[in-house]
Amino acid sequence: MKIAVCIKRVPVMETKFAIAADGTRVDDAGLKYDVNDFDLWAIEAGLQLKEKNNNVGEVVAISLGPDAAQEQIRKALAMGADRGILLQAGSTPADGLAVARALAAELKDGGYDLILFGRIAIDSMNQMTGPMVAELLDLPCVTNVFRLDITGTTGRAERALEGASEVVEFPLPALLTIDDGLNKERLPSLKGIMAAKKKPLEVKPAQLGEARVAVQKMVLPPERAAGRILGDSAAAVPELVKLLQTEAKVL
Amino acid sequence: MANVLVFAEVRGGELRKVALEAVTAARQLADLSGGGSVHAVLAGAPGIGAKAEALAQHGADSVLVLEHPGFAQYNPEALAATLAQRLGSGNYGFGVFSATAQGRDLSPRVAAKLGVGLAPDLTGFAVEGGQVVGQHFNMNGKTIATLALSGSPALLSVRPSALQPVVAARPLVTEAITSATDPSASRVKVVELKQGNTGKIDLNDAPVIVAGGRGLKAAENFKLCEDLADAFGNAAVGATRAVTDEGWRPHSDQIGQTGRNVSPNLYIAVGISGAIQHLAGMRTSKTIVAINKDKDAPIFKIADYGIVGDVFDVVPALTAAVKAARAQG
Ligand SMILES: Cc1cc2nc3c(=O)[nH]c(=O)nc-3n(C[C@H](O)[C@H](O)[C@H](O)COP(=O)(O)OP(=O)(O)OC[C@H]3O[C@@H](n4cnc5c(N)ncnc54)[C@H](O)[C@@H]3O)c2cc1C
Repeated sequence: MKIAVCIKRVPVMETKFAIAADGTRVDDAGLKYDVNDFDLWAIEAGLQLKEKNNNVGEVVAISLGPDAAQEQIRKALAMGADRGILLQAGSTPADGLAVARALAAELKDGGYDLILFGRIAIDSMNQMTGPMVAELLDLPCVTNVFRLDITGTTGRAERALEGASEVVEFPLPALLTIDDGLNKERLPSLKGIMAAKKKPLEVKPAQLGEARVAVQKMVLPPERAAGRILGDSAAAVPELVKLLQTEAKVL
Repeated sequence: MANVLVFAEVRGGELRKVALEAVTAARQLADLSGGGSVHAVLAGAPGIGAKAEALAQHGADSVLVLEHPGFAQYNPEALAATLAQRLGSGNYGFGVFSATAQGRDLSPRVAAKLGVGLAPDLTGFAVEGGQVVGQHFNMNGKTIATLALSGSPALLSVRPSALQPVVAARPLVTEAITSATDPSASRVKVVELKQGNTGKIDLNDAPVIVAGGRGLKAAENFKLCEDLADAFGNAAVGATRAVTDEGWRPHSDQIGQTGRNVSPNLYIAVGISGAIQHLAGMRTSKTIVAINKDKDAPIFKIADYGIVGDVFDVVPALTAAVKAARAQG
């Protein structure tokens, strides 16, 4: 089984963000980066599928991003992916379609049985690149997968909806986006980290096309002011109910 | 002037509230761009056309009804082909979707088929010089970007609950349409829809959310949250990841960075510490109430009202008080 996992370098979110001087992006001074959480679960899914297949096959980690994203690809390799490809781009366009086109160009003739993405990249929060790549490559596509079973060339998945879920069947090759809840990612072992240094990592320029979506402005949302502590037991309940009625007007 | 095509979301044969929000957004877009007409696509099993009235009530000048047994469940391939065919006809300036699991699955496929721009998950928008500019959260909800779309048709999806459905009644006009591809031939097949919390209101539709955390100690204690939600009558129950990891609640109830993003009028956090990943999914709620026995819990930093106390003591009292208030009200 040949599996591609598309991963994104994103800032660590436990950070206080500031807006850059040009007013259209976050200031990257002092930011730390990691693999997008959902992509880690996609890598784990790929590794488990290969293991189930008696380790026959290959897991390829592919990223589009700056040169520094080699660091995130190395993490995937340390977890157990076989090789990596970096599609080099100075900055990632805000337009998901521009990114999807560059990824699709790389994936097109790769002969992959499965292409995995995370459900959403938590920096852009676009949640569109995976299904766009599926469309460009004319592949069956299932998004938000939190249960997965592959038998031969048939897949069965459960995808999360709002307060419900759908059980979906599809033929391989296919593209899936992975949701929280499918698995917990493994930590790279020391042996894995050493091995990763020797695994192939190909770097080539991304073929980015025209972008139709641009960030005009970026701001920080207004801070929420800390509210009032009304008491330390059920005795505070009447006061709370009164405030919900008169002040918040939600009751 | 630009006409707008809007996808009206259906689940289990029922029109969802987000469909009315999407039609409201489409109406606003048409009006803002100088008064085009709004066409809503309503797809489902034969008989779905009976749900068209609510779409006309909220501003659809016509409802394009797509009936076929192949649409009894969500059929992404045939829907994407049909919507792309319509939107690519030259008739439309904008395409509007809900930023739900369905809408965020479908809209990128349509955008890729047509090679056009998509602005996802907007919480607000305007039209400037004929182009849409919209607000979109990124960095896990810590920044807000203004996205500008060029080209036509421009596609966008609207975050659930970001705007309330507005009545803008039009006479009911329906037109039967057919699928661009054979709906039975789609490769991706939904074989089962598992409705969570049957009969309960969905998290994104609920004006009130009662969310429970690990402070509830066990799955069965979620009865406390259920009872409080029932007392409100219009509330849904959500959970933290600690809770869904324990298997106390289904994955689809999880609120936060890797779960659902919600913005109800009232969010009651019951035994929730307020980890940054949880806050990411609920900090846009209008009013936040926290009940936690630890006075230093981070949840109190963003709550409007807090009670430092034991949930097993405070929540039943609150349930009784809400019932009493509603009985009077
Ligand atoms: C990559 C990643 C993604 C994540 N995504 C999410 C996400 O989407 N959503 C999410 O929620 N979390 C998420 N988390 C987990 C998050 O970091 C926290 O672990 C989680 O939110 C904690 O849940 P909790 O508040 O229920 O539990 P805890 O942190 O254990 O807090 C329980 C609280 O209950 C209080 N308590 C205990 N007993 C009582 C009592 N009897 N009465 C009153 N109060 C009581 C305690 O004081 C405590 O504050 C994510 C974590 C990671 C690493």
